[in-house]
Amino acid sequence: MEFIRPGTKINFLGFRRFAFFLSGLVIAASIISIVLHGGLNYGIDFAGGTLVQVKFKEVTRVESIKNQLATIGLDRSLIQRFGERGENEYLIRVERSVSDLETLSLEIAEALQRGYGKDGVEIRRTEMVGAKVGKDLRKKGILAIIYAMVGILIYITWRFEFIFALGAIVALAHDVMITVGAFSITDKEFTLPIVAAILTIIGYSLNDTIVVYDRIRENRRKMRKEPFGKVVNASINETLGRTLLTSLTTLIVVVILFIFGGGVIHDFAFALMVGVLVGTYSSIFVASPIILLWQERK
Amino acid sequence: MILEVEAQKAVESYVERMRGDLKEDLKRKQIYAPRIETINGDQLSLEVLGEKGRFDEFIENNYPILEEIGAQDQGKYFKVILGMNKKQAEYLKRYAIDQALETIRNRIDQFGVAEPDISPQGTDRILIQLPGVKDPQRAIRLIGRTALLEFKLLDEEHSLQEALKGNVPEGDEILYQRREDPKTGGVSRVPFLLKKKTLMTGEVLKDAQVRFDDFNQPYVALEFDPRGAKMFDRITAANEKKRLAIILDDNVYSAPIIQERISGGRAQITGAFTLNEARDLAIVLRAGALPAPVKILENRSVGPSLGKDLIDKGLKSIIIGGILVVLFMMVYYKISGAIADLALMLNLIIIMGALAGLRATLTLPGIAGIILTIGMAVDANVLIFERVREELRLGKTPRAAVDGGYSKAFLTIMDANVTTLIAAVVLFQFGTGPVKGFAVTLSIGIVASLFTALFVSRVIFEVLLTKGMLRRVSI
Repeated sequence: MEFIRPGTKINFLGFRRFAFFLSGLVIAASIISIVLHGGLNYGIDFAGGTLVQVKFKEVTRVESIKNQLATIGLDRSLIQRFGERGENEYLIRVERSVSDLETLSLEIAEALQRGYGKDGVEIRRTEMVGAKVGKDLRKKGILAIIYAMVGILIYITWRFEFIFALGAIVALAHDVMITVGAFSITDKEFTLPIVAAILTIIGYSLNDTIVVYDRIRENRRKMRKEPFGKVVNASINETLGRTLLTSLTTLIVVVILFIFGGGVIHDFAFALMVGVLVGTYSSIFVASPIILLWQERK
Repeated sequence: MILEVEAQKAVESYVERMRGDLKEDLKRKQIYAPRIETINGDQLSLEVLGEKGRFDEFIENNYPILEEIGAQDQGKYFKVILGMNKKQAEYLKRYAIDQALETIRNRIDQFGVAEPDISPQGTDRILIQLPGVKDPQRAIRLIGRTALLEFKLLDEEHSLQEALKGNVPEGDEILYQRREDPKTGGVSRVPFLLKKKTLMTGEVLKDAQVRFDDFNQPYVALEFDPRGAKMFDRITAANEKKRLAIILDDNVYSAPIIQERISGGRAQITGAFTLNEARDLAIVLRAGALPAPVKILENRSVGPSLGKDLIDKGLKSIIIGGILVVLFMMVYYKISGAIADLALMLNLIIIMGALAGLRATLTLPGIAGIILTIGMAVDANVLIFERVREELRLGKTPRAAVDGGYSKAFLTIMDANVTTLIAAVVLFQFGTGPVKGFAVTLSIGIVASLFTALFVSRVIFEVLLTKGMLRRVSI
């Protein structure tokens, strides 16, 4: 079976103006969204605070939970439904990070039990992150992404050429920005596992880019007389089958994870889904055309 | 849970203790220093009468760990600021952290947790993971407590009422006894006027046990080591009929009257304890005090039912995703696909085995890592198979096509995986708990898929081709 017949001759580079325009547009939308939202919606990992996950026996509503919490002065806490509607699970997020988690989670449990009965509520998870740690983690997260990019830059420069590395890094930055933007646009919480997802995307998208680069390197030797644009185009076409196939298998598992993984893993899978799609796109339409632009300037 | 050891506090309390010693030593040497104050937490400011040379010599000989930070000649006297020498302070801090680690490990061992993981993180942090603890809050209270046991005398010459108004006599302090009414839950605080000087600390304890009194009330029985017994003997002899306060972390537990000299090296802490409270108190006293207070920076706990729920969902995702990918590969690449599937299975077994070998617990991010590896592990095979197909289209024999496919894909696969590995290693360096687990599974997965794709599936092809079972490559 074959999805892509051998010998396709799609002129990918011909789309490059349109592709650059599209990428620019989406990145601009991401940045605008982040600015409009006043920064990312940081989870407690990065903002500090306390999170309590509660499961109710009976169906309930956010407002009635809020009313119960108001009795202990926590009416300003953020309450979100978690997971499927029928699971009756809610996340309660309190801005302040108390070192005495026990008292807070006990207070919350008691307040809710007054309203829902003793067996009506179950505290399933509590997390507390101090504000200082949150800041630390934020810094570390950004550093991690930068370190990963520098490490990759060095490796590709060593294995290929500097301009290849630059193209790969631009494609990566492109992927990261769009994924982060997707989180801002959908107003999802930006947490520690999301940073992990982004680093995975960096690795994955790179994988794609390198396969194409590898082919360009090989074809350049074979097609010495042809213009460079033609070499790049041929390389993208030859690897197209593999690019789409790998994206597809990865997408299969990520989508399964998105559907069946449940609450905590849901956003993580969402990030990967966006990342895999954008990463595939960027290795064809961003990473390779950049090398061409460079060559043409020379 | 991540704790931060406030190591600076260890330095500060050391300096504070030194202040007392210094005062006495200077008096003995007849160097007059009427004012010795602690400033900035860890520095001493002195006003010294007389010759500076003599004072300097004294400090140099007797307190080599102190350094002069600044001096001012005020005519009648001179003012000196002393600080602890940097190396010494660093040493103290490091010691405080090591000691805290050891003490916490002791406490947790005595508390009884199956597989605790206690490890230092960075310079002043401690990561603690306690799986399967039924009452996490109690464990946290037990770990986070400084547990500094002190014996101090009550100041019965001055009026407590006056002191409460703000006129605390010099060398005295006010501490409270916190009493909780077990029925109403109401808390009352009883003040005590105490002499600041600590007569004895918990350092000289040999053992602490829970016992019951005649009314079946639990109390904690203390037993001192020989040095402590001697100290206690001396203290009680010198202060008969006075009240001695037993203080834990600045909370007065009791202040009994010393009826007579106690020379057996035994004492007891009474109070309105519940059994668990008395037990935990005995544990922290046995395990010793933390050299510096700790602060909880991060704390996550997952209820047992939720943990199981998540793992079940994760495993379900792995199985469904895995089956879909396996089917897809067989449809798309036929027998070659089946060979790749075999390699994939082996890959999963290697990951599970490696995780078991590292004694890592299967966490959610870990499962995500496995799922991702499934997706990416087939990539190596896809790269190879696409190359083999190309070779076949060029009209090569099956054997040459397989050889060519593998050798041409080899560098591509290496480059692609090494870069992903770079990202995974960075992730490991930066991550805490769950993220680290993800990085570990991903790294193992990458290495395992290199092995299974480049070596295992190749061997299978070789065998099939050599034995003539595969006349044409089904791909």
